[in-house]
Amino acid sequence: MSISAILSLIVTAILAENYIFSKFLGCCPFLGLSENPSNALGMGCAVTFVMTLSSLITSLINKYILIAFDLEYLQTIAFILVIAALVQLIEMFLKKSVPALYSALGIYLPLITTNCAILGAALLCVQSGYDPLTSTIYGFASGLGFTLAIVVFAGVREKVAFADIPKSFAGFPIALVTAGLLAMAFAGFSGISV
Amino acid sequence: MTQILTAFGWFAAIAAVLGIILAAASKIFFVKTDERIEKIKECLPGANCGGCGYAGCEALACAIAKGEAPVNACNSCSDEDIKNISKIMGISEDIKTVRMRAQVMCSGTKDLAKKKYIYEGVSDCVAANRLSGGDKVCPNGCIGLGTCVAACKFDAIRIINGVAAIDYEKCRSCGACVSACPKKLIRLVPENIPYWVGCMSADKGAITRSYCDAGCIGCKLCEKNCESGAIKVTNNVAEIDYTKCVGCGKCESVCPRKIIWSAYKKASVETAEPANPESIKSPAETDVK
Repeated sequence: MSISAILSLIVTAILAENYIFSKFLGCCPFLGLSENPSNALGMGCAVTFVMTLSSLITSLINKYILIAFDLEYLQTIAFILVIAALVQLIEMFLKKSVPALYSALGIYLPLITTNCAILGAALLCVQSGYDPLTSTIYGFASGLGFTLAIVVFAGVREKVAFADIPKSFAGFPIALVTAGLLAMAFAGFSGISV
Repeated sequence: MTQILTAFGWFAAIAAVLGIILAAASKIFFVKTDERIEKIKECLPGANCGGCGYAGCEALACAIAKGEAPVNACNSCSDEDIKNISKIMGISEDIKTVRMRAQVMCSGTKDLAKKKYIYEGVSDCVAANRLSGGDKVCPNGCIGLGTCVAACKFDAIRIINGVAAIDYEKCRSCGACVSACPKKLIRLVPENIPYWVGCMSADKGAITRSYCDAGCIGCKLCEKNCESGAIKVTNNVAEIDYTKCVGCGKCESVCPRKIIWSAYKKASVETAEPANPESIKSPAETDVK
């Protein structure tokens, strides 16, 4: 794969086909953990880590086990198994190394297991026929896109929290409106062909 | 059949490899947790009211286990719970706790306190308070739209006749209503105080008299008649020093405005269920809904 193709893949995955703003995958932690940018960054890193590793491992499993033995119909189960184990691993790692982030992420960390963005990345790699290396790059870039989205959104939400918002809009409703506006802004990138 | 077996075999292999990795990781990343935290958490009420100043019951349990918080830090715990926590922490001596309860310092029900306008906005005291301090003329009167009712996690507050009333049985003194009230009319007082003054109006007597029939006019009759010197009129309003009050009840009988309440008498009146709630329900109560 040429360098320019890889670059185009990365830029597309981060901006034009952002998982949250264009594919609408992974909205649960996006809304749940975007109250302050530092936690959002932590969540973004965790998701990026899991996404990169799971894309690599799932594409390896897909190539050398599932396709080789005609087991492609079990993709979802195999991928979920890998993702769950990875999340468990990262949870143990964070509990030991970054307890502050561990408690800040709270329930959203185990929920990465069922995060559709991660399974989505794994399945999309397979559908697009990426080889393991490309899958890893794609997973990493998608994770970066998720991180960018959640950190930008958290920054906006932090400002919005101090704004004088009508009571009926305060909290979650204004967050959804903000997310919609951000998605519209990101929609501008879809015109870019890299 | 072979296909099923291959699928089974490979998935078992994948799961086994992942299982081994996780087992190894759990050894590497093993964190020693204090088993007392779980036990303490079981003794705490689990309402996560935040009245202790910690983020929730779990955070308080951690703080107690670390020794950062006293075993009686939770106001909502019963004496028995606190005893259990002290047992877990290995503290044997009896810990005396002064149990508190919330008290709304206003007696200006809607037939006693005058209103300056008819409020028809959002049913929320904070919103009403922004409109020149609520609809009551009294700057320190209960607005009665139930912001405290919404804040209470223990369902201990009701609006009765336009004034919030605390159900002492249910109140766990978490202080959520104290911070929710925009008028700062709710205070935490020792649970067993015999009397309390149901007014916080700091205006001069004549002014208070002009807008509320249940306002303290600062006549000092209670102060003069109190034998234990527990009542002082400061800032035109009587205040009882609960540490000195012996509960003789003289103040209650001499108060011309009938706003010194015997806590238990008022409690029994307020918490009694009316025979036919529909007929007695006041407009103020309906507004809250």
